[in-house]
Amino acid sequence: MSGLIKSSIARKVVMALSGLFLVFFLLQHFTINITSVIDPETFNSWSHFMGYNPLVQYVLQPILIAGVIIHFVMGFVLEIQNKKARGTSYVKYRGGANAPWVSRNMIYSGLVVLAFLGLHMYDFWVHEMAYKYVEVLPENPTRYHEETVEKFAPFWRTVIYVISFLLLSLHLWHGFASSFQTIGVNNKYSSAIRLFTKLFAIAVPLGFAFIAIYHHLNPITH
Amino acid sequence: MKLFLKIWRQKSAQDNGSMKDYTLDGVEGDMSFLEMLDVLNEELISKGEEPVEFDHDCREGICGMCSLQINGEPHGPDRLVTTCQLHMRKFNDGDTIVIEPFRAKAFPVIKDLVVDRSAFDRIQQAGGYVSVNTSGNTIDANAIPIEKEKADDAFNAATCIGCGACVAACKNASAMLFTSAKVSQYALLPQGRVEATDRVLNMVKQMDLEGFGNCTNTGACEVECPKGISLENIARLNREYLAASIKG
Amino acid sequence: MGVLDSKVPSGPLAEKWTKHKNEINLVNPANKRLIDIIVVGTGLAGGAAAATLAELGYNVKTFCYQDSPRRAHSIAAQGGINAAKNYQGDGDSPYRLFYDTVKGGDYRSREANVYRLAEESVNIIDQCVAQGVPFAREYGGLLDNRSFGGVLVSRTFYAKGQTGQQLLLGAYSAMNRQINRGKITPYNRHEMMDLVLVDGKARGIIARNLVTGEIERHAAHAVVLATGGYGNVFFLSTNAMGSNVMAAWRAHRKGAFFANPCFTQIHPTCIPVSGDHQSKLTLMSESLRNDGRIWVPKRKEDAEAIRAGKLKPTQLGEEERDYYLERRYPAFGNLVPRDVASRAAKERCDAGYGVNKTGEAVYLDFAAAIQRYGKEKALTSGLKNPDAATITKLGEEVIENKYGNLFQMYEKIVDENPYKTPMMIYPAVHYTMGGLWVDYNLMTTIPGCYSAGEANFSDHGANRLGASALMQGLADGYFVLPYTIGDYLSDDIRTGPISPDTDEFVKAEEEVKARLEKLMSGNGLHSVDHYHKKLGKIMWNKCGMARNEKDLKSAIKEISELRKDFWENVKIPGEINAKNQELEKAGRVADFLELGELFAKDALTRNESCGGHFREEYQTEEGEALRDDKNFTFVSAWEYKGEPKDAVLHKEELKYENIELKTRSYK
Repeated sequence: MSGLIKSSIARKVVMALSGLFLVFFLLQHFTINITSVIDPETFNSWSHFMGYNPLVQYVLQPILIAGVIIHFVMGFVLEIQNKKARGTSYVKYRGGANAPWVSRNMIYSGLVVLAFLGLHMYDFWVHEMAYKYVEVLPENPTRYHEETVEKFAPFWRTVIYVISFLLLSLHLWHGFASSFQTIGVNNKYSSAIRLFTKLFAIAVPLGFAFIAIYHHLNPITH
Repeated sequence: MKLFLKIWRQKSAQDNGSMKDYTLDGVEGDMSFLEMLDVLNEELISKGEEPVEFDHDCREGICGMCSLQINGEPHGPDRLVTTCQLHMRKFNDGDTIVIEPFRAKAFPVIKDLVVDRSAFDRIQQAGGYVSVNTSGNTIDANAIPIEKEKADDAFNAATCIGCGACVAACKNASAMLFTSAKVSQYALLPQGRVEATDRVLNMVKQMDLEGFGNCTNTGACEVECPKGISLENIARLNREYLAASIKG
Repeated sequence: MGVLDSKVPSGPLAEKWTKHKNEINLVNPANKRLIDIIVVGTGLAGGAAAATLAELGYNVKTFCYQDSPRRAHSIAAQGGINAAKNYQGDGDSPYRLFYDTVKGGDYRSREANVYRLAEESVNIIDQCVAQGVPFAREYGGLLDNRSFGGVLVSRTFYAKGQTGQQLLLGAYSAMNRQINRGKITPYNRHEMMDLVLVDGKARGIIARNLVTGEIERHAAHAVVLATGGYGNVFFLSTNAMGSNVMAAWRAHRKGAFFANPCFTQIHPTCIPVSGDHQSKLTLMSESLRNDGRIWVPKRKEDAEAIRAGKLKPTQLGEEERDYYLERRYPAFGNLVPRDVASRAAKERCDAGYGVNKTGEAVYLDFAAAIQRYGKEKALTSGLKNPDAATITKLGEEVIENKYGNLFQMYEKIVDENPYKTPMMIYPAVHYTMGGLWVDYNLMTTIPGCYSAGEANFSDHGANRLGASALMQGLADGYFVLPYTIGDYLSDDIRTGPISPDTDEFVKAEEEVKARLEKLMSGNGLHSVDHYHKKLGKIMWNKCGMARNEKDLKSAIKEISELRKDFWENVKIPGEINAKNQELEKAGRVADFLELGELFAKDALTRNESCGGHFREEYQTEEGEALRDDKNFTFVSAWEYKGEPKDAVLHKEELKYENIELKTRSYK
């Protein structure tokens, strides 16, 4: 059993499972967000549910935060180990000859996404926490849509978000299918998994980018 | 053709090496890459210089002794070949060729382009075998029929020549393809299933101890493997390992 | 009997081995722990012997010059391994395998040894399957077989074109198990430099650590030499670059007789030489002759046009081709033994029908097989009236499945697609039947010094049949030597550990160091390869596929002069106490320069043609080998007396009690 904690394969499995969990979260997040474009009222009610349901707030939210932390801490640990494993570096190394760029640069796409998460948390989560627990303002099930749209008013923020979604796409492009390989799935369904990965890696970040740009272009005028 | 060679020279494991430039004329397309180096070495010897040391033996692509990182790729730009079977027709007159040893912390340089790959031996020693006595007193070879597809898959995994190109190509210097090939060969055969649990745990443990990196599924190893060992083996290793960890 | 006692047990042929095993002395398991054995060479014979000896309880040290035992040149064997399993029900039996092997060896091997080999062959397959060697299988899940040259049954087990690799990795895995148990201590990147005798018995070796250059003494109760053949005396051969005769030759110099050095196998299907830069030759497995047809153009003009690049082989029709093996040997056709096929190719090329630039190549054509398999496959896949392209495609798939790696290798080297145009092949030095003389127990004439596999001479006579080398290596290593060595070691249970600090070891070490220093102190005119290539040219031109008295005499003279030149003028850069590949090569070439001369001398002494040894003076009107059973049914065992020219010949008469000596016919 100790191998499950200490071995290289186990660490990779942790990466894969936390990654798959985050992919699932991403889909959920996207499903809610897209309603902000389609139907602000649904968006408000779902957001309110997420913000005040005790199960979501006290169980799922900590799990999500843990997932993110585990994923990026483990990513760093692995990256440091991997760098060390080379020893002396090559004078000439043609990584592009045998492996796609995305697969070789997960750490960079990951770091950009992580940096984005900082901004994103500041934008929304810190604001929420302050609203609920610091200022202790009353519940308002209709405030979410407007707050969201306002966030995208500044051009710079929208641009940062869109760039981050691009890197997220690259991260998913390799990471999603790769997770299956790591947990041992490589069979006749693998080509389907890879195809689905590509569709997902394009569609979801594109959708997020669309939401950001849409809100930027359609500000709420009072 | 005329070539410009940049070759890693290092006197011994303790020394710091560096790249040295050489110019070589009269290279023919029919020469293998190692024959080209033979010609260079003859020139160096006649000039009283020390020849470039590199590992090689069978020169027909099966012993796994030859290595060399050529222009940033293990065994050079051609696919499904070892360096000894890479031919100079793959290069052009006037090309600059960078030749380095396989790089990994677990493969320390011995001299020039020669590296120590005994880490691979130790991984095998940790469990890469079936524990039957070699007395011949076993059951008849045909007593256990084996599905042809499985036997073929086991064979394909078993064709690994242990050259280390997977490690050299991998950006993480991971030895997962090598280890998975051996684990797969035995995992696919009934003879190997008996000890499957201990084997995979012990081999992975040794692999980690040797200081190889972690697999991040870039697939570079599969592309550069001279024997075309498939990534499916790595997935199988992961599967076997997880099952064994939970069980054992 | 003279000085040579083969120690063949008495009794009926089929019972000799069992009887012998019952009668020889054993060492009890507790005492085995007190006995050390050195095994030099870790190929099939050495690796298998080391694993079994360790498993029996002996303490084993293995030595190999490569960085890992897994790289021994057994790994390059392609086609397969024979075993008299009779799984195909085509009338095979140990007796038939024995008979084929003795006949294939042109009646110059020792009956009792060959029978034992045939008997043990069946165990090898069982053993290897139990070890997890992935042999080719049929759809029913049982083992598949194919045919090899010189036989009329299908008894060859195989793993695509990589049988040697799979068997070697099997032996290596068995070794690994013992290394893990601490019963084998492997010394890789070590080369044996000399054998050490104490009181006339082999008690250890002097080895050079090839990484540090350090000279080490290793003591043991017995020494096993399983160091392969000496084909590299020809410079160009299918052997690995490092394959050498040093260990065997050092033992020879210390008293082990060297048997039949001139019996060398020239393999008919190798990729032809492409130029002066060539460092080695690549074999295309004999198994290809199962499906490939060998031919040259019928008309000389066509051959000339092909050589000039004006004509393509595919443009020649059936009636314009000379399938000379099928023509000359209708019964065996393309599957005649190697010596016969090689000479026939040389005959055609010498007559001016060669098909590559140098005129030294013949075609090996798969077009007919592709069509045949394609039609068969179409039929079994239920395709009605398939078109020509489909048949070709299906046929190519079948061929790829059988020989894929060989075809790929050919394409990489020659840069032609062998599925579309016939392969070009030519004979090349491949295997040496000669080697250290051993008795039935595989012991050389030095007590306690054993030899197994290609390094000894015992089983293949004057010509080895395809797929028999793997069989011999593994039989010697797994099933013969580990038992026969016990007979000798049973006297050693009270000897206690052998000290590597006795005068004998010290003296041997000093000699080795002096020899290395002498090599390093040459005048520095020419590189080692310069001498090796020169030696190779002499050997190939004068001791190659056809030999005659005049050439052999001049070869002896030339080699002896070359040797003198070498010791005076060789140039070795680098340091003596460090990794130095030139120094490694020099030591090996120095011994080849002695062996080569003995080789020629042996060939000169044997006034007959048999197997791989073809003397132009002794041939039939049709150009077939003419054996002289009356005067030459013996093993030539040479005793070292200083210079090769002074070597003394001892004869071991070969008695054939179970087989009638016949002219070998494959017609």
